[in-house]
Amino acid sequence: MTGTPRRRLLAYFARRPGAGSWALLTPGVLWLTLFFAVPLAVLLGYSVMHRGTYGGVAPGFTAEHYRRFLDPLYLAVAARTLWLAIATTGLCLLLGYPVAYVIARAGRWRNTLLFLVILPFWTSFLVRTYAMIVLLRGSGVINAALMGLGLTHAPLDLLYTPGAVLAGLVYGYLPFMVLPIYASLERLDLDLLDAAEVLGARAPSRFRRVTLPLSLPGVAAGSLLVFIPALGAFLTPDLLGGAKTMMLGNLVQNQFGPARNWPFGAAVSFALMGVVFVALLAWLRVRDAEAAA
Amino acid sequence: MTETAPIVEFRRVSKSFGDTRAVDAVSFAVRRGEFFSLLGPSGCGKTTTLRLLAGFETPDADGGEVRIDGEVVNLRRPYERRIGMVFQSYALFPHLSVERNVAFGLEEHRVPRTEIPGRVERALGLVRLAPATFARRRPHQLSGGQRQRVALARALVLDPAILLLDEPLGALDLQLRKEMQLELKTLNRELGMTFVYVTHDQEEALAMSDRIAVMSAARVAQLGTPADIYENPRTEFVAGFIGEANLFEGRAVGQGGGGAAVTWRLVAPTGASFQVPHHPAISESEMVRIAVRPEWLDLFAPGAVPPEENALPGTVRDVIYLGETMHVVVSLAGDRVVRVALRNEGQLLKPLPWRRGDSVMVAWRPEDCQVLEPE
Repeated sequence: MTGTPRRRLLAYFARRPGAGSWALLTPGVLWLTLFFAVPLAVLLGYSVMHRGTYGGVAPGFTAEHYRRFLDPLYLAVAARTLWLAIATTGLCLLLGYPVAYVIARAGRWRNTLLFLVILPFWTSFLVRTYAMIVLLRGSGVINAALMGLGLTHAPLDLLYTPGAVLAGLVYGYLPFMVLPIYASLERLDLDLLDAAEVLGARAPSRFRRVTLPLSLPGVAAGSLLVFIPALGAFLTPDLLGGAKTMMLGNLVQNQFGPARNWPFGAAVSFALMGVVFVALLAWLRVRDAEAAA
Repeated sequence: MTETAPIVEFRRVSKSFGDTRAVDAVSFAVRRGEFFSLLGPSGCGKTTTLRLLAGFETPDADGGEVRIDGEVVNLRRPYERRIGMVFQSYALFPHLSVERNVAFGLEEHRVPRTEIPGRVERALGLVRLAPATFARRRPHQLSGGQRQRVALARALVLDPAILLLDEPLGALDLQLRKEMQLELKTLNRELGMTFVYVTHDQEEALAMSDRIAVMSAARVAQLGTPADIYENPRTEFVAGFIGEANLFEGRAVGQGGGGAAVTWRLVAPTGASFQVPHHPAISESEMVRIAVRPEWLDLFAPGAVPPEENALPGTVRDVIYLGETMHVVVSLAGDRVVRVALRNEGQLLKPLPWRRGDSVMVAWRPEDCQVLEPE
């Protein structure tokens, strides 16, 4: 062995091509193992252990926490969560697709418009959610405007409703829908639309038979990117929904916090993860169907 | 309309994009059933011309007219023109199988469901793709040549009056391209369908077309049969773009000959002089340019030139072996270089007598040249 350590290191990798990929993978794998896989395993363990008296867990094995989740009280929370996540995804799709479509066809304005879409990320999610409160509360901007115009005489109850939570979730996650749909529309070969037009397709038919099917991977990716975080949301329902619109995220937060029932919180987390997995599998099927196309 | 009326007619059609004129007052007519090519370098306006004909672009509103079958169609959408189109990128729908791609137009035209499979099968047969093998494949499972055939079948299945082809063979390798050229020509003849073909490949245009419109800088530089264009190129651009051309120039210094065969004597800046046939573009003491194809030139030893031929002295710079022909590159006085094409009669048995460095006379008969018009 001769030369500087740097040269010796390079010589080592030149002799073993496979070592290079391992060297690149190791830091990330270590990070994920330490901060994702290990905590997840710990959480899975907690979910089948007994509840500790002052929080934490006590030794033993039990499935009671999973059984408890089947209580109608909690199933109602789960149903509301699912409903809100689905509604959020659907609304984001309805609002986001046209936006993505226009941006993809906007020529030289494209980058400016994309910048505007991601601009909200420059401020904290918490600040943006408080801004929603300012808009929606009894003395807020919307009520003031409605009464100022004489459309209403008393402030409407906008805040602390499922509608407020839905509005907050849609606002927060809309860019995650717009960006992947934009990416798939931007890749669309415009010759395909010309070809369809020569073959007799009017604009609605061109959209339905060419543009839409070819942008489905973007729709699937966007829906997933909205649905999964919406399912686990706790900040938005906490601030905009109050106690009446508790979602599973709030339930988990509660169990680990004030309720000091870590095993139940862990069990709810895993139930939530189960739903996410089902959504993920559905997405993979759509994607594979597209890949076969 | 009578059968002899042009199926396509452009009357002073222009198209501007911002400040750029992509097509500038272009006029031409396409005859029914002919194979018509728009030939030119990239950016000459040929693709825009095709897109104006297809209906993807609307002509500038300055009185120019695009007519199909005698009717002005300036504002008609592509699906109202009875045209088919084959794209350079093939533009097959990647999410649909071959048969669904071909059926697309039939479905859009509300052809009865029961008729569709039969017509798809016939269209695939026309482009020699076995339906049993290919019908259910997706475009990404096909080779470039097969995709091109599917694109063709998809256009032909609607039985359009005019088929537009935008550099359809550009992405294929040479051998496949030659094969497809023949097939396209055969389809054009057998279907009696008018083909309008855009290409930048002059050999392809010469080989396939009944007539060619050579485009340059947003205008039609010359329109004619392949022989017209090759043998009588009107401008320096056409002479240089189609085939190879040796250019000579000289000042007209009076007529000679007389009678039926009037000729002009041109004196080159180098002092050499030569005869050219009469041409309306020539007038006394003006500079005149002529083009002479390499195969119209001949080589002689100094002193052996037949008396009636034009001859310029030069030195052989290179002898290039091209198979069917031999090109001899000759330097003339005044830094000019010309190429002389001679038939290869077998270099092993009857080698050319010329070697690098030989002094030679480059000669041609006065009628074997083309007087060029100023552009």
